[in-house]
Amino acid sequence: MTHESTTLQFDCETGNYHTFCPISCVAWLYQKIEDSFFLVIGTKTCGYFLQNAMGVMIFAEPRYAMAELEEGDISAQLKDYEELKRLCLQIKHDRNPSVIVWIGTCTTEIIQMDLEGLAPKLEEEIGIPIIPARANGLDYAFTQGEDTILAAMAHRCPKKKEKKERNAIPKLLNFKRQKEYITQDDLEYIEHPSLVLFGSLPESVVTNLTLELKKQGVRISGWLPSKHYRKLPIIDEGYYINGVSPFLSRTATTLIRRRKCNLISAPFPIGPDGTRAWIDKICSVFNIKTKGLEEHETKIWNSLDNYLKLIRGKSVFFMGDNLLEISLARFLIRCGMTCTEIGIPYMDKRYQKSELDFLEKTCQKMGVPVPKIVEKPDNYNQIKRIYELRPDLVITGMAYANPLEARGINTKWSVEFTFTQIHGFINARDILELITRPLRRNNNLKKLGWEKLVKEENNF
Amino acid sequence: MKLAYWMYAGPAHIGTLRIASSFKNIHTIMHAPLGDDYFNVMRSMLEREKDFTPVTTSIIDRNVLAGGSQKKVINNIIRKDREENPDLIILTPTCTSSILQEDLACFVDRAQIEIKGDVMLADINHYRYNELQAAEKTLYQVVKFYLEKFKNKGILPQEKTKIPSVNIIGISTLGFHNQHDCTELKRLMEYLGIKINEIIPKGASVHNLKNLSKAWFNLVPYRELGLMTAQYLQKEYGTPYVNITPMGVVETARCIRRIQHLINEQGANVDYESHINEQTLHISQAAWFSRSIDCQNLTGRKAIVFGDNTHAAAMTKILTREMGINVILAGTYCKYDKEWFTEQVGEYCDQVLISDDNIEVSDAITSLEPAAIFGTQMERHIGKRLGIPCGVIASPIHIQNFPIGYKPFCGYEGTNQITDLIYNSFTLGMEDHLLEIFGGHDTKKFITKGISTNSDLSWNEEAQAELNRIPGFVRAKVKRNTEKFALEHKFSIITLEVMYAAKESVGT
Repeated sequence: MTHESTTLQFDCETGNYHTFCPISCVAWLYQKIEDSFFLVIGTKTCGYFLQNAMGVMIFAEPRYAMAELEEGDISAQLKDYEELKRLCLQIKHDRNPSVIVWIGTCTTEIIQMDLEGLAPKLEEEIGIPIIPARANGLDYAFTQGEDTILAAMAHRCPKKKEKKERNAIPKLLNFKRQKEYITQDDLEYIEHPSLVLFGSLPESVVTNLTLELKKQGVRISGWLPSKHYRKLPIIDEGYYINGVSPFLSRTATTLIRRRKCNLISAPFPIGPDGTRAWIDKICSVFNIKTKGLEEHETKIWNSLDNYLKLIRGKSVFFMGDNLLEISLARFLIRCGMTCTEIGIPYMDKRYQKSELDFLEKTCQKMGVPVPKIVEKPDNYNQIKRIYELRPDLVITGMAYANPLEARGINTKWSVEFTFTQIHGFINARDILELITRPLRRNNNLKKLGWEKLVKEENNF
Repeated sequence: MKLAYWMYAGPAHIGTLRIASSFKNIHTIMHAPLGDDYFNVMRSMLEREKDFTPVTTSIIDRNVLAGGSQKKVINNIIRKDREENPDLIILTPTCTSSILQEDLACFVDRAQIEIKGDVMLADINHYRYNELQAAEKTLYQVVKFYLEKFKNKGILPQEKTKIPSVNIIGISTLGFHNQHDCTELKRLMEYLGIKINEIIPKGASVHNLKNLSKAWFNLVPYRELGLMTAQYLQKEYGTPYVNITPMGVVETARCIRRIQHLINEQGANVDYESHINEQTLHISQAAWFSRSIDCQNLTGRKAIVFGDNTHAAAMTKILTREMGINVILAGTYCKYDKEWFTEQVGEYCDQVLISDDNIEVSDAITSLEPAAIFGTQMERHIGKRLGIPCGVIASPIHIQNFPIGYKPFCGYEGTNQITDLIYNSFTLGMEDHLLEIFGGHDTKKFITKGISTNSDLSWNEEAQAELNRIPGFVRAKVKRNTEKFALEHKFSIITLEVMYAAKESVGT
């Protein structure tokens, strides 16, 4: 398969691919939002997935649970409202969270349980905010779960006026206010319209990106989601917003349409090239001249040289399952790799426009053909293409990783990219650490002649 | 609705998938939404399977909801038949497809007309059966389907094998130590002079199912899987079965005696008593261990057992009968088969617990304070929280319960393995206890020691907070690296910026 085109080509296959169910986002969101409780309303299948996908997390008294539907719920012999009320009261009693997020699943979709209708009524009755979000496998893949939840949460962000009212009494009682973000001398910031970032990232990455922007004089006035539900950022009409991850298109749409915000479309801050382009774009929107950015990027690239030596000229193939693929491919191409195919569950060409342009530009700059972007890939066909292409590295889900390794093909488990810190200058090394791990390992084993460990080629 | 944090047995379709992917050349198509194919990940990770798991999904999406999935399902069946030529394609419903109430049986019939292989619909109801029950039913369904088919074609062998032979029924993928048990059972049969006729479902081909009727008897080592099939084979072909789990010295002997009885009835004329004696006294170390002073020290110590029927019952008997340990509670999550369990362990424990609620199990352990627990991964974590050692004896299990080394639970080598497991659990607990009495290890301080003790470096508030956020197991290293960097670059106060600069510079 050779295509030497210099503009991006898009393809769409059958959608027969492996990915995680979007309810998996509770795994990182419950940790991020410390006063939340996630209730997944679904069946044993959902529960079994969560329990297995989250490994040891499940034993750490997590703030999530299943509302497991039984036969009586399906056949509507039991009243949804009464049942949910019973469970939510129990959660309130045991954990007393500031918010309960209901995750609707495939089953609630099919039996048309009216979660959006029940939530406000129950919220009023039990006195805890309830946010219904639909993160089901009928409509979404893996990380898009976070998108549906943040989109639902965007509606709860206060406006300037209500925030004051809401905080009036606690403020009186709480003289020593806790610092929400890094508050430094206001003089260090340049005057610009309010900027709110969206996308769930670990606290240390939040701090790091906040500081990177601060160096340019840009102040982040809030972050969706914040560490606590009670401290969701103020979002007013005319605010500028920017998404830090590639899978947040619904959240972006919600903020644009419902909260009348202006979206700054930028490449995502993944890799030093992405981070620089991201800061550049935000600064350019605010008419700020960046300083020291190029030097910083160069410094990072220099520090990565040992890793770059390992992957330069090697080829990578993305099977596609978490929507980070475009940004990662762009970064790896800039690192000197080639990429023929980027599989991706869903491609929002508007939300990812800057990133797509950046990918195209990066390919031109590096003098390599642009990859083909395959939306809704077909894993069976992809594996055939992998056999033909024999790429140096396949980024794939765990279902295929061991079988491919046994056939002498290097793989990296894609899910690790969603659980590792990959944003900002500082984490570029961690991405390459992951990417080069199979190559380094297999270099170590090279002399042993143990590459193909299956007897005959099973015709998958 | 039920508030649930964890479950012992998976949903029904997992059982079907375990059976189907144990066989050779059976492909399963799940009728499910995107993301339900998590089974492939489990099999690939836990079993470190080298081959692609023969499971695909016919995906239910919005289009399917609007227009029905008939065409899609049939096309997917035909496509798989062409691509991989499986002997059999099993279409399995999932909880989502159950509520759509489409006539999947009709899709299967339609597809059958167009494909070379066979196709069937797994007969499972998601809201009534769990993983174990579904596995049992699916194995029965596949065996029955093929035996009837072969019978109608007139190609079923009529004769038994010349020498005594056995089918081992119930070895499956993702089963607890199944692969090792299978090897051990094969060795045992060889030692007894019994020929292995067929082993199902693991590694079997549907074509071989016609040989099932040639065996003299069937051995069903696990309570949860294979009994229904064995009963069917007895009814249709008169093949008797043994369903005594050969786990522990006494039960293994009982199983062998039962086998002896069944094959002698068919004219074998064997006497295994000397074999049992030889193994018990001289080859397996378990009987000797019971007599040794190590085991004496375990007398009367308290243990709790929880797991599936097979393993929890066998462990309870071993602990009480063979080691003199006091089992204060024995429990199972196989609620659907609780009478059997209660009857098996009734005389060997103080109390029986039938529950699939992990909180209830946790509460019981907390209040009874045993010296050791024998349970699933969940009990292991409960034990960790309470500081009680735990030996894992049953699913649900993690990757460490799929050892590469030879670790059967069945047969005579199994008795050795179980002895180690039990003894190690108790002594570990004892060791911890003694360490505590004598003041514990005193090395902890050195592990977290930084450079800062003999320099005038200080961490500002923000940097300190950030440091505290770093997971404990790498915090000391990050602290050291940062301080080293600060000293080299002559920073006296460590701020967030210094921390990040240090991280960026590591490795350059």
